[in-house]
Amino acid sequence: MVHSVSTIELLYWDGCPSHPEALRDLRAALDELGQPELEVALVEIATEEQATEYGFVGSPTLRIDGVDPLPPAEDEPPGLTCRVYRLRDGRYSPTPDPADLRDALRQLLPPSAQEA
Amino acid sequence: MPLAIGALAPTFTLPDTDGTPTPLHDGDSAATVVVFTCNHCPYALAWHERLQAVARDYLPRGVRVLQINPNDAERYPRDSPAAMAARVAAGEFAGPYLHDSSQEVAHAWGAAVTPDVYVLDAEGQLVYHGAPDSDHHDDSLAAEWLREALDDVLAERPVARTETQPVGCSIKWLS
Repeated sequence: MVHSVSTIELLYWDGCPSHPEALRDLRAALDELGQPELEVALVEIATEEQATEYGFVGSPTLRIDGVDPLPPAEDEPPGLTCRVYRLRDGRYSPTPDPADLRDALRQLLPPSAQEA
Repeated sequence: MPLAIGALAPTFTLPDTDGTPTPLHDGDSAATVVVFTCNHCPYALAWHERLQAVARDYLPRGVRVLQINPNDAERYPRDSPAAMAARVAAGEFAGPYLHDSSQEVAHAWGAAVTPDVYVLDAEGQLVYHGAPDSDHHDDSLAAEWLREALDDVLAERPVARTETQPVGCSIKWLS
């Protein structure tokens, strides 16, 4: 069975130190889902204009084929800032809850060869 | 440049969320903690409760904790005075929450991120600068680096760990 490879982008702003941790968590989730071969493109958002253009509400933001697997509130304004996530236990975090990330990726990614 | 350990910290008077001028020194504190923090940063939010616990735990021992929001509230409305006041009204702060609207204090202290933690001894000399503890994810750490510094100051012994790397969101400077 042949599956198309999704485009995975990690949008980040360098003024926030959270994207290396987000990338580690993302790679771990892809490993866990049996898709470690999928490439992750790092996309730097450096200006307010770019933030508006990309609808970037904070660093880090993931996009799978252009879709945010953990969508922000609709009224979240674009801007150069650290993005606020909530962990499953309610605590604030600069990165998504790894379990939320894994579950969201499972919904958006094509099934892996192992799972097909 | 951040303040050097041992330096006398620049004094200030900043308004709290009621507009009351609040000075750095009140005359009889055994130690003073100054935290540059804000409303919109996930690092500041993640460490927030740990810092409030420090403020509550050390108040009876003569430690004063001042929290300062230095961010540009025009570009970041979540850091507006009204938003600060709402958090104070909701009981989220265990001490004064001050507004550095001109950012002169943040510049003078060399603050760079939120949260950025400073500890002064009774003479107003800087004895600790850095993060509350080593991991914003781990509540069990309980701001231990800050607590250790305060315990050393209150015991009148040299602070063993004087500097750590502050971790957080960059301060949003005025354009």
